Amino acid sequence: MKTVFQKPEALTDMPMHYCPGCTHGIIHRLVGEAIDSLAIREQTIGVASVGCSVFAYDYFNCDMQQAAHGRAPAVATGIKRVLPESMVFTYQGDGDLASIGMAEIVHAAARGENITVVFVNNAIYGMTSGQMAPTSLLGQKTATSPRGRTVEEMGYPIKMCELLATLEGPAYLARVSTHDSRHVLQAGKAIKKAFEIQQQKKGFAMVEVLSTCSVNWGMTPVKALGWLEENMIPYYPLGVYRDVTAKEGN
Amino acid sequence: MAEIIIAGFGGQGVLVLGQMITYSGMIEDKAVSWFPSYGPEQRGGTCNCSVVIAEDEIGSPLVTVPTTAIVMNAPSFDRFEPKVGKGGLLIYNSSLIDKKSERDDIRVIAVPANQIADELGNARVANMVLLGTLLEATNVVKTESVEKALKNVLSERHHDLIPLNMQALERGRAYQ
Amino acid sequence: MAKILMKGNEALSEAAIRAGLKAFYGYPITPQNEVPAYMAEHLPLRGGVYLQAESEVSAINMVYGAAGAGVRVMTSSSSPGISLKQEGISYIAAAQLPCVIVNVVRNGPGLGGIQPAQGDYFQAVKGGGHGDYRLIVLAPGNVQEMADLTTLGFDLADKWRNPVMILSDGILGQMMEPVVFSEDGAVSEVDKPWATNGAAGRERNIVNSLDIIPDKAEKNMLRLLEKYDQIKAEEVRWQEHNTEDADVILVGYGTSARVARSAMELARKEGLKVGLFRPITLWPFPEQRLAELAKAGRSFLAVEMSAGQMIEDVRLAVNGVSPVHLSNRLGGMVPTPEDVLEKVREILEGRVS
Repeated sequence: MKTVFQKPEALTDMPMHYCPGCTHGIIHRLVGEAIDSLAIREQTIGVASVGCSVFAYDYFNCDMQQAAHGRAPAVATGIKRVLPESMVFTYQGDGDLASIGMAEIVHAAARGENITVVFVNNAIYGMTSGQMAPTSLLGQKTATSPRGRTVEEMGYPIKMCELLATLEGPAYLARVSTHDSRHVLQAGKAIKKAFEIQQQKKGFAMVEVLSTCSVNWGMTPVKALGWLEENMIPYYPLGVYRDVTAKEGN
Repeated sequence: MAEIIIAGFGGQGVLVLGQMITYSGMIEDKAVSWFPSYGPEQRGGTCNCSVVIAEDEIGSPLVTVPTTAIVMNAPSFDRFEPKVGKGGLLIYNSSLIDKKSERDDIRVIAVPANQIADELGNARVANMVLLGTLLEATNVVKTESVEKALKNVLSERHHDLIPLNMQALERGRAYQ
Repeated sequence: MAKILMKGNEALSEAAIRAGLKAFYGYPITPQNEVPAYMAEHLPLRGGVYLQAESEVSAINMVYGAAGAGVRVMTSSSSPGISLKQEGISYIAAAQLPCVIVNVVRNGPGLGGIQPAQGDYFQAVKGGGHGDYRLIVLAPGNVQEMADLTTLGFDLADKWRNPVMILSDGILGQMMEPVVFSEDGAVSEVDKPWATNGAAGRERNIVNSLDIIPDKAEKNMLRLLEKYDQIKAEEVRWQEHNTEDADVILVGYGTSARVARSAMELARKEGLKVGLFRPITLWPFPEQRLAELAKAGRSFLAVEMSAGQMIEDVRLAVNGVSPVHLSNRLGGMVPTPEDVLEKVREILEGRVS
């Protein structure tokens, strides 16, 4: 019998706690596949954050640290600076990275810290049950914007790739999506690229992955994928916002 | 035990003078401590440092009742002249301080330190002039310890300044 | 071994480098600035990493990362900055990571001032961050101890897998005294099989403080408390002078102990029977020895640059057997030996309640 598909070695056998229809599982797999394909599992140290992916340390089959809310880029910096030959990645949500951890991500990027950041943007706080996130869209109803997000009250959603692209530090910035299989494949390539950038010691690499939260969005999983495509992508355009290797003609 | 306060404007070599005395005491294997005023005080305003030289372990490094005060400007005179302990010594820079102490329970020596330093061609050795006065008036540390300390504290490329410093010291001795 | 005249902050930094420091993550604040400046100058040339973080919050989390990666790591700050680090300190204690945190205490609360104080005692010894945890807290009393207790701090941190705080103050940090560094250069590092430094040829390691299942979390807490009890049994340190015949025992740490020592000397010259008890570990506090020293007819006088913080631990130790009084200054003012002596006279003459 021929194996045509299997779980990456970089993932454990632990059943994931994510809700049905959540795209975190897919993104975990993409990270696992990237680690496998580069054969770096034994030198990789992952940093889990606070939010729905708080248990990521149970799922990635490599050394893991669990960081305080928003601090994953600082923790990753602490590790990478003393173990420069290791591969260090953070896995963070939008509340963690774009709200409480804004200082940490901006400065890690500005320093060109040689780490890989997987930023999962689902436009809501999932773990704490559906509060407004810094990336929640205008008009989006959440537990803490029950009449929909308004500019007057809460200002505008933050576009992290565009914001970090104003800095000289980042080597690779890309926004990808998980709403269909074609985009999932593209996301996988971007995540692998973000690890390669680190392997080549080129500096800070972040992949922003648009994802769904069907439970807190109050939709079926399928409807949520459609909502992502129709509402998030127009505000958060997909694409590569920085790629130093492209300049070099690679 | 000698408890010394040195005070003046930032840039007059107040802290360095304190360090010189402290370093010299260390060379003589005495217990020594140096503590500076720190923070915004240092910049532009007045600054001071406490130096303690003792035979045995030193308690408080912050001098509150000095056995000797060396003051290099008028505000420091006003602040520390009343604090010198009975039987203590006040050495002040009469080039910049146009005042007289009314106290009769301490010894007071006025030294035109800036004038002497200018005569020597380097305004920056005014502090060493005052150190000369101190060395002559008390036996807090030996002159040869100060010379050794200078060699240790000044980087090699500034060793040509040692004779000038020692000259300033000698000029200060004359004031008693 | 040559004596070197150094500032306390510099002596501490040099000792840390000699102890095998591999990373220093800091942020500017007075009066600890000599520490990061010394580290920036020397650490990268001696095999370590220096990085100025974007905030104290980030600095302590970088410490978390590097400590988890198994290297000797340190941060330093002064009071308001240490408040910002409390979140990280709680996580570090929970994840049982070894590191050294230096607090060169200035006066507070709030932005306060930059002058020496001891108002962070409670924060250091009673917690400071959230949850049930303890730091090992070392209180140097001179520049030599700024160096020696830093060396000890790294050893204790590794031995117990626990964060260690050096509780200094603006005077100890800024003052110069002679210091001697041992020449042997031996670094007593321990194996860290738990470190996350790449799972090559072993099971993966996890550095974590999340404990979400109550019965399991309680068991883990009990294990942590067991460790704290062991530290209490093995690591208490203090110094005493003239306590045998003393009618009044002064109790103080750090700069206050220096002032108290001067006061004791003045008192003895006057024929007053005054002794000095100086805790070196503030946690674990030398409560047993203080309890032994407590007896009828003897008083204790806590000397502090805080509003009456350490005095609570003295009272707990003495447990009502002897009266415990307070002599203190606040706001960055330093008590004088004369102030303390006056309080001693009041006690001996029965002028205090």
